[in-house]
Amino acid sequence: MIWTELDTWIVIAGALTAMSCALPGVFLQLNKQSMLGDAISHAVLPGIAIAFLLSGSKDTLPMLAGALAAGVLTAILSGTIQRIGQVEQGASLGVVFCVFFAVGILLVRVAADHVDLDPSCVLFGSLELAVIQSSGIPKVVWTSLITLAVNSVLVALFFKELRLSAFDNRYAASAGIPPESVRLGLTILTSITSVMAFESIGSILVIAMLIVPGATALLFCRSVGSVLFASLGFAALASAGGHLLAISTIPAMLSYLLDNPDIGSVSSAGMMATCAGLMFFSILLGKILSKPRGASVTQVDTQ
Amino acid sequence: MAYPTLENVLRILTLQDHNTRIVLAGACAFGVAAGLVGAFLLLRKRSLLGDTLGHATLPGVAIGFLIAYGTGIDPRSFLPLALGATLTSVAGIAALLLIRRFSTIKDDAALAIVLSVFFGFGVALLSAIQQLPGGFASGLEHLIYGSAATMSSTDTSFVLVSSLCIAVICIALFKEFSLLCFDEPYARSSGWPATALDLLLMSLVVWTTVVGIQTVGILLVVALLVIPPASARFWCDGMGAMATVSALCGGLSCLFGVFLSALFPKWPTGALIVLSAGAIFAAGLVFGPTRGILIRSIRTRREELKLRRDHMLRAVFECAENSSESVPLSQLLTKRPWSRRHVTSEIARLADRGLLTFSLSNDSVQLTTTGLSEARRLVRNHRLWELYLIQHAEIAPAHVDRDADRIEHVLSLRIVEELEDILDQRPHDRLVPRDPEKSHL
Repeated sequence: MIWTELDTWIVIAGALTAMSCALPGVFLQLNKQSMLGDAISHAVLPGIAIAFLLSGSKDTLPMLAGALAAGVLTAILSGTIQRIGQVEQGASLGVVFCVFFAVGILLVRVAADHVDLDPSCVLFGSLELAVIQSSGIPKVVWTSLITLAVNSVLVALFFKELRLSAFDNRYAASAGIPPESVRLGLTILTSITSVMAFESIGSILVIAMLIVPGATALLFCRSVGSVLFASLGFAALASAGGHLLAISTIPAMLSYLLDNPDIGSVSSAGMMATCAGLMFFSILLGKILSKPRGASVTQVDTQ
Repeated sequence: MAYPTLENVLRILTLQDHNTRIVLAGACAFGVAAGLVGAFLLLRKRSLLGDTLGHATLPGVAIGFLIAYGTGIDPRSFLPLALGATLTSVAGIAALLLIRRFSTIKDDAALAIVLSVFFGFGVALLSAIQQLPGGFASGLEHLIYGSAATMSSTDTSFVLVSSLCIAVICIALFKEFSLLCFDEPYARSSGWPATALDLLLMSLVVWTTVVGIQTVGILLVVALLVIPPASARFWCDGMGAMATVSALCGGLSCLFGVFLSALFPKWPTGALIVLSAGAIFAAGLVFGPTRGILIRSIRTRREELKLRRDHMLRAVFECAENSSESVPLSQLLTKRPWSRRHVTSEIARLADRGLLTFSLSNDSVQLTTTGLSEARRLVRNHRLWELYLIQHAEIAPAHVDRDADRIEHVLSLRIVEELEDILDQRPHDRLVPRDPEKSHL
């Protein structure tokens, strides 16, 4: 294994993206909307296809706009169906993204008459390719840094509103905070963050980093503030650890097992998600094992 | 794009093509089975379990492939891939149950965690497979995400048998699964093996997912597990009816989708099936007889009109109670924060129904005989409730009006009789008691 400058940039870009996803992700999870990231990753397809059909080019900008619109529309539409149709949250999200994805597939098939459009190539970037640049700081680092900064500022500004509407709708409403609007703002922020990162880095890192670092922090933190900071830490750690696994441990293991020395590094984004999961499950296991037997029975109210 | 000729349409609708028949049978059976399983998932608030498990099969497929490759079996044969897929889906379920049992993490977050972590690992393994000589990766992706349009007859028999088994298990354990969905603690406390049942239900989802992904693709699996049960909620209440309607919706979506794709061969079957399911959902959302938007807005509107009528009648009665029988409009306007337009339109409506008469000469209204008896009943209910609150619930007289205002519309005859008994109001003369708020002042 040789650590190059490229590896440093991969870790930095991954960590910045992971952290910018983790911030809104904590509140997403508290609002029981954890599956939004995955839903959006499917639902952007028709947006891309329509943008392509309208603009007739494979430029990034119109496609990004289309994807953004589709992502935001998914969040709004599933919320609306949930409210006016009294459909369970997960189900309404599922209905919307499945239908969107199906529309996207149809449109791509229509577009395929004119030119070969592979949406996964057009929009879904890869971390390894994003950082390749002749000199200086890669563009992806700047964009993810800006996203992180914007998200941090927004979360800091609306911390009280986000926290209240996540925990106590009625209290929030009586304190003059419209919980529906706060939630809508949160989902829109998440859509924008996700789509930006899909374009540069790919979807799997986003889907994982929205939820897993926050969930890991929720295993032992007691306040929303500490969960936010801990999830930032876990996100950064998972990126570094994941990239290490991707370039050293996994290729070495696979080469040994398959008796094929040609296997190089595997997908860093995939291993970053895996690494975040490893941290989550080891802390969960640690909690389970460290708990003395029958602890739940002996919790006696001392008052 | 070429439109199908009439002859073509007839040939397809009468199922003369062997290929259409095969795809139709497989897809419909799968739709029915997924609809049944999905109904339970929806009630357990785990609609997206299929999505999670579908993604969780990816590392399994990759591991199955790598093991087959390492041991010299043809890495593209079905068995190792399906075994691997089943294995990691089951591991995904174990992880879900672990999170659910030992932490306070919510179900939806647990689903997202398992989905992303397993899928991430799968992506990593797949990127390793792409580096192997032989160019297997593209074929592998096709194996993972099959398409319904290319279903062969062996595929169909596989899907048919599996769907049948899944449906039979669902029906056989219908009571147990329903209990699990509605009241898990009760099921546990009355000795049902709730955890085992939960596990069995999730295994059925694994089975559905693995069968579906190989044959019809991951999108269709998720869609058929989620959309038909969600549609069924608009059409009926009750577990049995819901499961039936859900299975029907699943089957119908597949039927429409397959016919459409037979008519327009260029369009992918899976997407058409999903869109049919979506159309059925949208129809239910608007027109559904139990929870549709239309029926609910009609009901709300009707209630609202009744409420307005009741309030106006009571206002006219209470005004007339204190003075002459004819009530000037200006006096009505002071009763509630009503606008002049509201009062005049409401009076016109009530006059149409023969509940009151309006005289233009002195701008006043008067209740007719029917209007009077209806108003008397309403005022009586209102005041009985106020008296009850004051005498028996010990609420201050100044505070009872708002409560009574809400409940006067829905007091049934039986409750009124009980109130009469409690308050010692003789029912035979049906006198309207004096306004308790004023008499206590």
